[in-house]
Amino acid sequence: MAYVLNEDQQLLKTTAADFIKKECPVSRLRSLRDSGNAGGFDRAMWSRMAELGWPAILVPERHGGLEMGMTELCCVLEEFGKNLVPEPLFTSALLGAGTLLAAADEPHCAALLPEIATGSSLVTLAYHERGSRYDFLRTTTRARKHGLGWIIDGEKSLVFDGYVADKFIVSARTDGGVADRDGITLFVIDAGAAGLTVTKQSTMHLRDHALVLLAGVEVNGAAVLGSEGCGGEILEDVLDRASVGLSAEMLGNAEGAFEMTLEYLKTRKQFGVLIGTFQALKHRAAELFTEIELSRSAVLGACHALDHGLPEARSLVSVAKARCSDTAVLAGYEGIQMHGGIGMTDEHEIGFYAKRAKASELTFGDAAYHRDRFARLAGF
Amino acid sequence: MADHLEQFRERTRSWLEQNCPQSMRVQPGTRAPGELSDEVAWGGRNEHHTNPDVATWLALMAERGWTAPLWPKEYGGGGLSKPEAKILGEEMRRLRCKPALVGFGLTMIGPLLLEHGSEAQKKRFLPEVCRGEIRWCQGYSEPGAGSDLAGLQTKAELVGDEYVLNGQKVWTSYADKSDWMFILTRTDPDAPKHTGITFMLFDMETPGVTVRPIPLISGASPFCETFLEDVRVPKDQVVGDVNNGWTMAKALLGHERSMISEIFNEERERNLAVEAARKYIPGSEERIADASLRDGIAQLTMDKVCLDLTIARTKEAAKIGHQPGPESSIFKYYATELNKRRTATMVSIMGPQGLGWEGEGFEPSETQAVKNWLRARGNSIEGGTSEIQLNIIAKRVLGLPD
Repeated sequence: MAYVLNEDQQLLKTTAADFIKKECPVSRLRSLRDSGNAGGFDRAMWSRMAELGWPAILVPERHGGLEMGMTELCCVLEEFGKNLVPEPLFTSALLGAGTLLAAADEPHCAALLPEIATGSSLVTLAYHERGSRYDFLRTTTRARKHGLGWIIDGEKSLVFDGYVADKFIVSARTDGGVADRDGITLFVIDAGAAGLTVTKQSTMHLRDHALVLLAGVEVNGAAVLGSEGCGGEILEDVLDRASVGLSAEMLGNAEGAFEMTLEYLKTRKQFGVLIGTFQALKHRAAELFTEIELSRSAVLGACHALDHGLPEARSLVSVAKARCSDTAVLAGYEGIQMHGGIGMTDEHEIGFYAKRAKASELTFGDAAYHRDRFARLAGF
Repeated sequence: MADHLEQFRERTRSWLEQNCPQSMRVQPGTRAPGELSDEVAWGGRNEHHTNPDVATWLALMAERGWTAPLWPKEYGGGGLSKPEAKILGEEMRRLRCKPALVGFGLTMIGPLLLEHGSEAQKKRFLPEVCRGEIRWCQGYSEPGAGSDLAGLQTKAELVGDEYVLNGQKVWTSYADKSDWMFILTRTDPDAPKHTGITFMLFDMETPGVTVRPIPLISGASPFCETFLEDVRVPKDQVVGDVNNGWTMAKALLGHERSMISEIFNEERERNLAVEAARKYIPGSEERIADASLRDGIAQLTMDKVCLDLTIARTKEAAKIGHQPGPESSIFKYYATELNKRRTATMVSIMGPQGLGWEGEGFEPSETQAVKNWLRARGNSIEGGTSEIQLNIIAKRVLGLPD
């Protein structure tokens, strides 16, 4: 079956849904925010999730993982999205483990993947720079040869869970012009390295991001991940998978917001009747439902293509990212509108969904970017 | 079992290769969408084709019962098992054979009679349907009963052994070419509207029947209006129980919805919008030069991918025995809205060449695109409007209150 979950996948999804509903409802996100929690998530909760095996989903068995695919990971990420769960599964699985796996660098994989699988180490990817918009190749951070090692200078922005990461995978230019595909090299750098400064970035959507400044950071030759100058290829593979993971989260965002809105339509009364009896609102709800079902198919289609190495995988990644971006943002907007005044208040959680959806839309390329990419891939 | 099916496949293949006339095989790339209907048999006493192969192909296939492969042999069908019928379909597609017979007899009234008809009705009508000797039209909508179909007013009064029909039907596709009509009539004006309706059949040559074609904004159309004045229908032509017609109407409407949502699947393999853009937008050899249209074409193509994936998901679920999920309720709504956007985009791509109606100065593909665009506006009206579809989703799937 390509687009229908099998029994094991369904079980994984149900387990995640039950756990999250009980332990991490969206209301917990508010308390984490209001308590001023440093990393934006709860370490103890993250350990419990690691016990359930979630950070190990993509990790090969020989490195202590479960060796499952994107379909399985996205089953769990969708449930994260439904409740805006802040624990760093996305970062750990797709930006940390994901980059190591895409680079297929056995020494680094052997060193880091077992710790990632148990949740004891958090590895993230620092590739994005201010001014590069969605062009992941545009890299001004530079690495200069220094003896047998390298010296790295530059600034990385919006690094996922950067404030609490143990290690960074940093993209830096070792050759070529600022926007060239060739000449980008990835380095594995310890968070405590001299010259590396991490500053928390306050974003609208309650997701931990950091600005990472690299001022003369010295690393040895073994810090290179994959081979020198080949980071551009690796990044494209990593960001494709990450885009699908984020799409699954956005599908969950849309479902969470929609469920909340539907409940409101069935309980809120105006003019002496339930507002869900009004056809103007019924039709908006039915249209949103349609978009959510199409988005679900897009995520399943992209996962299937990635897990089976199909040639159309890149196109389907863009289909998923474009469609889920549009749907999640729509679900947030429609949720606020159908909730009326209460939807505008910070007291109500529907606004959290709208913010998260917009932020995810603007990450890894928005819908217009992915339509353009789809057209390029199809030759028009 | 597998052996038997392989043998069936081989026999079928060689029979088709020997018997399907060359002109009844679609040549790759030659057919514009919508052309199919001119070159296949719809059946009935009013049918005339310039190509004699149409009748030959129909006769050969009907003789084997393969116009209705799954129907029992005693009613003129092929009596094939589902796996056999699937093989027949695969082999016909492989050779690109046109269907030997199409129309409402095979897709609508035939299946309904198999399920609800009396033995006498099955024996009388089904073999004629299979042989293509009778063409059917559907008398559902009325001027005052469109989306609210159950509000229909065409009266049928029992006088002796006959019902006497008076009223008007509209959107009766191909009424001017059909031999018989299956019709919804009101037999009990005092009952609640869904329970006073009866389903019956009558010959279009019965005195009192008048048919008038309806031209559309897209030009000539299959649609007609049909006037009924003291039309006498023997009561053994009632299908199912008197006043129980709505149950059957609903079963048939569901079928019509799924047919309409499959309307442009035939264009799956080619991206006609991209081909047109290269032709009509100068400088589009590599990238389409108009960035806005390029974005629109990408959006349409990606939306179609999502719809196809959703349909594939439903089919897979059905294969492993799941009931159709809630996602299947979106097909009619989404496919027709998408078709409206797609056909409108085709005209936009053609620019000034997209305003041609007929005659000199325009290619047939251009005038056809204009008509497709206009005709598509009706896709979200016929077979249950988009708004009715959204109502159904809101009620049945989302459980929103009335």
